[in-house]
Amino acid sequence: MATMLKETDAVVIGVGWTGSILARELTKAGLKVVGLERGPGRAPHDDFTIPRVRDDLKYAVRQELFQDTQLETVSLRHSPGETALPIRRWGSFLPGTGVGGAGAHWNGLTWRLLPSDHNLRSHVTQRYGRNAIPAEMTIEDFPVSYDELEPYYDKFEKLCGISGKAGNLRGQKIDGGNVFEGPRQNEYPNKPLFQSLAGALFEKGAKSLGYHPFPGPAANASEPYVNPEGVTIGACVYCGHCERFGCEANAKASPHSCILPVLTADPNFELRTYAHVKELVYDKQAKKVKAVRYVDPRSGEEFEQPAGLVILGAYVFNNVLLMLTAGIGEPYDPSTGKGAVGKNYCYQVSGNSVTVFFEDKEINPFMATGAHGTFIDDFNGDNFDHGGLGFFGGAWIQAGTSNGRPILTRPVPPGTPRWGREWKKATAKWYNHAFNVGASCCNYAHRENFLDLDPTYKDALGRPLIRMTYNFRENDYKVSQYIGGVLERLATSMNPTIKTGANTRRGNYNVVPYQSTHNTGGTITGADPKASVVNRYLQAWDADNLFVMGASVFPQNASYNPTGLVGALAYWSAEAITKRYLKNPGPLVHA
Amino acid sequence: MTDDPKIGRRGFLVGAGAAAAALAPEAPAQAQTQAAATPAAAPAAPAAEAWLTLTQTEAAFIEAAVDTLIPADDLTPSGSDCGVAVFIDRQLAGAWGNGARLYRQGPFPKAKPELGYQLALTPREFFAAGIEAANAFTRKTYGKEFDRLSEPQREEALKAMEAGKAQFTGFSSTQFFNALLQLTMEGFFADPIYGGNRDMAAWKMIGYPGLPATYREDIKTYFGKKYDKPPRSIADFS
Repeated sequence: MATMLKETDAVVIGVGWTGSILARELTKAGLKVVGLERGPGRAPHDDFTIPRVRDDLKYAVRQELFQDTQLETVSLRHSPGETALPIRRWGSFLPGTGVGGAGAHWNGLTWRLLPSDHNLRSHVTQRYGRNAIPAEMTIEDFPVSYDELEPYYDKFEKLCGISGKAGNLRGQKIDGGNVFEGPRQNEYPNKPLFQSLAGALFEKGAKSLGYHPFPGPAANASEPYVNPEGVTIGACVYCGHCERFGCEANAKASPHSCILPVLTADPNFELRTYAHVKELVYDKQAKKVKAVRYVDPRSGEEFEQPAGLVILGAYVFNNVLLMLTAGIGEPYDPSTGKGAVGKNYCYQVSGNSVTVFFEDKEINPFMATGAHGTFIDDFNGDNFDHGGLGFFGGAWIQAGTSNGRPILTRPVPPGTPRWGREWKKATAKWYNHAFNVGASCCNYAHRENFLDLDPTYKDALGRPLIRMTYNFRENDYKVSQYIGGVLERLATSMNPTIKTGANTRRGNYNVVPYQSTHNTGGTITGADPKASVVNRYLQAWDADNLFVMGASVFPQNASYNPTGLVGALAYWSAEAITKRYLKNPGPLVHA
Repeated sequence: MTDDPKIGRRGFLVGAGAAAAALAPEAPAQAQTQAAATPAAAPAAPAAEAWLTLTQTEAAFIEAAVDTLIPADDLTPSGSDCGVAVFIDRQLAGAWGNGARLYRQGPFPKAKPELGYQLALTPREFFAAGIEAANAFTRKTYGKEFDRLSEPQREEALKAMEAGKAQFTGFSSTQFFNALLQLTMEGFFADPIYGGNRDMAAWKMIGYPGLPATYREDIKTYFGKKYDKPPRSIADFS
């Protein structure tokens, strides 16, 4: 039996980006908050230090900082008729665990969505006609507009000290920034990172084609920075160890570098590590989550923590799992289109690239940051006319280097064998002379891409695994193909010694090669309680004291890395809770 | 290279010792001088590695395989002289080799390759089965075990495995080859603390500087220029 604990004002499940932000805002409003984190606490001054943090094998290859698949994973099938099998070892995406969550090991690209990404369904319908969107493409509007969310994007950018350059300041377009972005009230808090040679070559080529290059918005601080919480972030040292690693320079924005120092010092906050949340205790009649049950893996003991307010800030899969196992909301059924929990699971159509080789240029790929690219947005979202193209959406395109760590990064020209003498010669010759031009394509929702409970495979707590029914669809292949053509034009514009053809998405979704940890959907936000799981304030339609954070609320995935939107929505929801919900607990939107 | 089964792997190692010692940057000065002065004369055979988990048969296979995948040339010593076989032995003996971070609940039906690794075997068990199958394949094709083949035969045998043309039981030879190649490259390019990449030979080959990787000023100084500082490893900072 679970040991019953004393009730607290609020409990936060998962102490990553969203859990930290919500805990901070709620404690500032005077609430007693308990943070439950299944993994260990991590101390950057001990865990993320030279020399140990530079261990490519341990962190990048053996996956030190990620969720342990031995205990918890997900299963996959490509269509509803197949039997799903568990993802036994992470490959295509890398969920985090421990305090800081995936915020400890990300690269740091921090975007805002385009205004037309926010109201996607309405926008596409208005521009291309009422019948333009195929029936199986279940894209929706975010119920929060770009203009409404702008101050919260700004708030998250300031928390992180994002390095970048505005391209649209209060409606005025600025050359050298992203001229396609929505209007910003403020410039980025930090100037752009030092551009790499790869970025400079790309910029020149892109300009020669009439495109609009700009420095990527990076959560790698170009200069030391004190954020509005009073926390000092260090300056980036371009170590080339962002993704899959913690940051030794304290320069990559993370819960640790931006918010946890003040949060954990607040007596209103209690952090409980080794608290593996097992289930939500749901009162269907009252439409409330009464408590959270968790297991301490150090003892096997089970606890029940009652709380007035519950913030679900786990990763996408556990958010959906906890909703489904508690019976909150109606599970999605792809055959009828009814129900919403598990609906509109989306991913990222990544891995589109051309590799360019320059015999006479020293690229030094190891002097880099995770978000160190030069980008164009000319082919993103609806920034270009889709009339007659047969698909919607697009991609950000970039060149630059994120690392030169040689276990995983050592490009060789096409036709080179994978081993032996010729491979050695080519590797020695080209390692310092090559880089990728890459693209991240959007992934629009499809009726048959969804999450539910696996009937066979279980996790270490005895719960069913989340079963992913997912594949790339016609729209994805077409976007990727089209963007591949753009990549080839860009590669040619740089006049490299050698270039590869465009690597674009073909065939089934494959869980082995890394693509991106941009899993979205399953507890989507919307205006219709029957077709969504949470309202515009991320409050569950079926439990008014439950707020669901993170990318699981995205109705579909734009081409942009999700963290900027995740952070903005966390602040937006936190304000609705502290300014409105606490004064009058109950539904913030009436169905 | 010997092709004579009576000489075998150990004999080959002794014969190859001189060339390897001349190339191996960590060889004692005395051995280097001796090898340079009389390249035909073999120095004392290197002490046999003390294997944590590999059997003699498996070790002979792994050494021969990594020397074929990473042959000695003017860029680096051979794979085994760079410690790659030692790396593989340690990895297979350790947590990863025994299934750490691998979900192992059954059932384990035949699966499409896009669903990733779906076998009930740990990496250690998978390599045991793979080496056994690879040797069975070369015995059938060439009449002897893989490590006793000539270099051209080893290349041919590995190419057959890579292409899935070698008949294996249970899993495809491609799956085994890919795992072998992946682990070999990890050993060649990982920090030397794991036993491979001895003297940072692989990092020197490509110009990867290793640690400390703090380039805040260097990124400007070396913009478009070759980075000329010698590499350093985790051990240099410990």
